[in-house]
Amino acid sequence: MMPVYEPWNAARGAEIIAEHNRLEGATLVILHALQEAFGYVPEPAVPMIASALNLSRAEVHGVFTFYHDFRRGPAGKHVLKLCRAEACQAAGGDALAARAEARLGITLGNTTADERVTLEPIYCLGLCATAPSAMLDGRVVGRLNEARIDALIAEAQR
Amino acid sequence: MSLRIFVSRDAGAVAVGADEVALVLGLAAGKRGIDIEIVRTGSRGVYWLEPMIEVATSQGRIAFGPVTEFDAGSVLDAMISGGAHPLWLGVADEIPWLKRQTRLTFARCGVIDPRSLEDYRAHAGYKGLERALTLTSDAILADVTISGLRGRGGAGFPTGIKWKTVAQTGADRKYVVCNADEGDSGTFADRMIMEGDPFVIIEGMTIAGITVGATKGYIYIRSEYPHAVAAMNAAIAAATRAGYLGARIGGSSHSFDLEVRVGAGAYVCGEETSLLESLEGRRGIVRAKPPLPAHKGLFGKPTVINNVLSFAAIPFILAGGAKAYADFGMGRSRGTMPIQLAGNVKRGGLFEVAFGITLGELVDDIGGGTDTGRPVRAVQVGGPLGAYFPRALFDTPFDYEAFAARDGLIGHGGIVVFDDSVDMSKQARFAMEFCAIESCGKCTPCRIGSTRGVETIDRIRAGDRVAENIAVVEDLCNTMKFGSLCALGGFTPYPVMSALKHFREDFGAAPPRLQAAE
Repeated sequence: MMPVYEPWNAARGAEIIAEHNRLEGATLVILHALQEAFGYVPEPAVPMIASALNLSRAEVHGVFTFYHDFRRGPAGKHVLKLCRAEACQAAGGDALAARAEARLGITLGNTTADERVTLEPIYCLGLCATAPSAMLDGRVVGRLNEARIDALIAEAQR
Repeated sequence: MSLRIFVSRDAGAVAVGADEVALVLGLAAGKRGIDIEIVRTGSRGVYWLEPMIEVATSQGRIAFGPVTEFDAGSVLDAMISGGAHPLWLGVADEIPWLKRQTRLTFARCGVIDPRSLEDYRAHAGYKGLERALTLTSDAILADVTISGLRGRGGAGFPTGIKWKTVAQTGADRKYVVCNADEGDSGTFADRMIMEGDPFVIIEGMTIAGITVGATKGYIYIRSEYPHAVAAMNAAIAAATRAGYLGARIGGSSHSFDLEVRVGAGAYVCGEETSLLESLEGRRGIVRAKPPLPAHKGLFGKPTVINNVLSFAAIPFILAGGAKAYADFGMGRSRGTMPIQLAGNVKRGGLFEVAFGITLGELVDDIGGGTDTGRPVRAVQVGGPLGAYFPRALFDTPFDYEAFAARDGLIGHGGIVVFDDSVDMSKQARFAMEFCAIESCGKCTPCRIGSTRGVETIDRIRAGDRVAENIAVVEDLCNTMKFGSLCALGGFTPYPVMSALKHFREDFGAAPPRLQAAE
């Protein structure tokens, strides 16, 4: 299922921030909520969070950039995450990752030129007994082989 | 007729088609004009047989697996007629792989409906809390101490002592934090129990809260586990509705609230002080210890921070099982450990067993060797920071001290199996690379050491002055091990050094003296 995001809108951003700013240690909660709504954390939201939480812009920027999850810009229409950790490596994950890169014409961490697919590494989905595994837009897939990864890629390209 | 059929909703089962199987079962039942009730359980952890589905009969729950969507119709027919089927496994509890286990912590996982508080209570749920509410804080601490429970996150610190420290520290506010940032590759026990028996974690945390005098708890779950986040949130809502969370729990004078917080993809946040920083809304930068979190933890307040499995072990212990728990195990490792068999393994899954079982029994007997059928060359125990063990060390018993004595660690209980196609210098390089990607950057040995480690191992792999560069890697590992602030930089040397020590032949040319010895 393709995720649907709203375009950035400062009033909507402020509303999301206000929903959570009374929580203890709210920064991550707010960043997650913004990304869930807009698909990434829009730059103008950073000073808004800072002012709502009485933090400096630098502090919020520091948190935003520390965590791998938060995006500075929109991802492709579909996000395919391939587990690249040891259990999946042991089960043939290296070759499947190389195959995915070749099929999509991009390396891990990038988006195809047509902005359809973002291919990302992920370090462990906890599906290590049914490795190699992947996640396509939030749907988990295990026991990957060449046929299954090709089907996932074809689905992502549609 | 009416059938009660159990299909796992665990992410590991869903990843191999459990949702499709449930869907087809429903359609097939409609076509045949029979009534079925599909109960979505957690997983029993027999992942090599997932999707495993079960049907309630007078002999017990009969299992079939691994079932695909294409088999679901014929399996349903066999369930209706009681006839033979190639995927028939017999009574689930009697499957040898399950029967050999000692399931104390995971007793309910895969059996009950994780969304049903009634089901949890019908399977001895909340017996521990009910008893704890009749005890003093000291009496609860005595039970936890008697059980011999040690932190299941990997460090193995005695849980009783940790709780006692928090109980004895005066403060206006205390916290209970559950570390569910299970980032180690090859581990999935936390995910499995959060998805399959979430109430046991809530019960364990609630007992911790009333013991130490904390009224607020947080469960910090990694973002890679959306199914676990959903399961825990649903369970917290159900427990709150039933009066097991909130003000005056179970009619007592104690209050306890729980909240789920979601991580954001930083491995280092599995380190407890970094996790606390992250919970406070900051970069997940490691704190220097002391002060210990037990004295100054979340928001500077005394905090019990334990792994998911530690909290999940508590209800059994408090329900009168402290002595029984301690009777399992060996040496100073008491009780059971949920061990996770993963990677290139024939029979992968979760195997809960008393400490003392050997690595060889786990890999060969229980795991059945590799899935590819090639010889096992190495196993990594304890996640990305755990050592690689060769077959020569397969007599090592699963025990905190026995692994430490062989320059390894049991960590969170994950075992990743590799066959003979593995290139161990590549695995050593990955350990350094992973540390470089995930380092929080606070201390120099970890931040710089890991990057220099990648570069140096690259030179070795290219055959560039192999002996000198191996000496550099050893020296770097020594600095990282003793100079890093936390286990990320401090333990990355384990996989690197063990690969060098046991698999030297993969690192350029072998040193001359070893060749002479042959």
